[in-house]
Amino acid sequence: MSSSDLVIHEEEYRRIHRAITQLRADCNAKVVFVVDKNGQQIAGSGELEAIDTTALASLAAGNVAATDSLARLIGEKEFSILFHEGERDNLHISVVGGRVILVVIFDERSSLGLVRLKVKRGSADLAVVLDEVMQKASLPQRAAAGGSQFAEITDEDIDKLFSD
Amino acid sequence: MTFINYASREINCKLVYYGPGLGGKTTNIKYVYEKTNPGSKGKMISLATETDRTLFFDFLPLDLGEIRGFRTRFHLYTVPGQVFYDASRKLILKGVDGVVFVADSQAARMEANLESLRNLELNLKDQGYDLRTIPYVLQFNKRDLPTAIPVDEMKKQLHFKSEPVFEAVASQGTGVFETLKTIAKMVLIELRKGR
Repeated sequence: MSSSDLVIHEEEYRRIHRAITQLRADCNAKVVFVVDKNGQQIAGSGELEAIDTTALASLAAGNVAATDSLARLIGEKEFSILFHEGERDNLHISVVGGRVILVVIFDERSSLGLVRLKVKRGSADLAVVLDEVMQKASLPQRAAAGGSQFAEITDEDIDKLFSD
Repeated sequence: MTFINYASREINCKLVYYGPGLGGKTTNIKYVYEKTNPGSKGKMISLATETDRTLFFDFLPLDLGEIRGFRTRFHLYTVPGQVFYDASRKLILKGVDGVVFVADSQAARMEANLESLRNLELNLKDQGYDLRTIPYVLQFNKRDLPTAIPVDEMKKQLHFKSEPVFEAVASQGTGVFETLKTIAKMVLIELRKGR
């Protein structure tokens, strides 16, 4: 298992999910989800059925990546918060722990001020959880345990994926 | 950077199609999108200009099925090929697991192919990757054009590490799935190796 791979086990996933579910309740938001900066969705909480979360994760990561570059171009370290206001729903995007993107979708049941306040507080808690997750994921024994599972993949397993 | 989620039993890998402008990167994944059954694909996102030139990226999530109880998903991205979009290309390469280089077989585009390949190597290096070791496949597209350079000549100029090479006519689908299957397999083999 490469040390740069992102591996989330059930326990870590539950901790992240609990943290964002709490944040969603605090913000009165429709949806909160966490995306890796490379565009992979890590966890989501809320009214997710109507949303293509895969596309949203990819676009949010692209948005943050582009905005990071813009910030550096003008001499800023980063733009830590992105806010997109819609007619009905709004999007609040922030970076947590330098590694993951926190996306909050909210409507008239909440407000930008409330979301900003709760995200600021909630991000600190989430960062602690994510730090521990990332540290655990990079532990050699954990990496070896994960790797050994995939080491058993055979050529036939792979070929079966591509059989017509 | 493969993402493995034990909670949802998913493996997620990122493939990037790279190459010079108008070489056929978007055409490749559009063909994949059209020919993949609805249950195995997500929505295709194209961030493009009004004249359909890729502006930021195209994105297509594919679900290939299960391997050892894990749902195996590949996220296909293309980069904008025009030279001045280099800043965007760097961003799209983040977390890449495998690269397809789509070369334009037209004689007049060989210099553009070479520049794009050099650019790929540099941008990968910036991200901490090495083109010599990352899963990589070379596609010679537009083989149907009368101005297409012979394959041997293309190989002499572009082929450098015994990577698989595929001839393609992406607009008709020729070589598209063969290219995709090969790069996906290479990525999974690397996962198995625990690279």
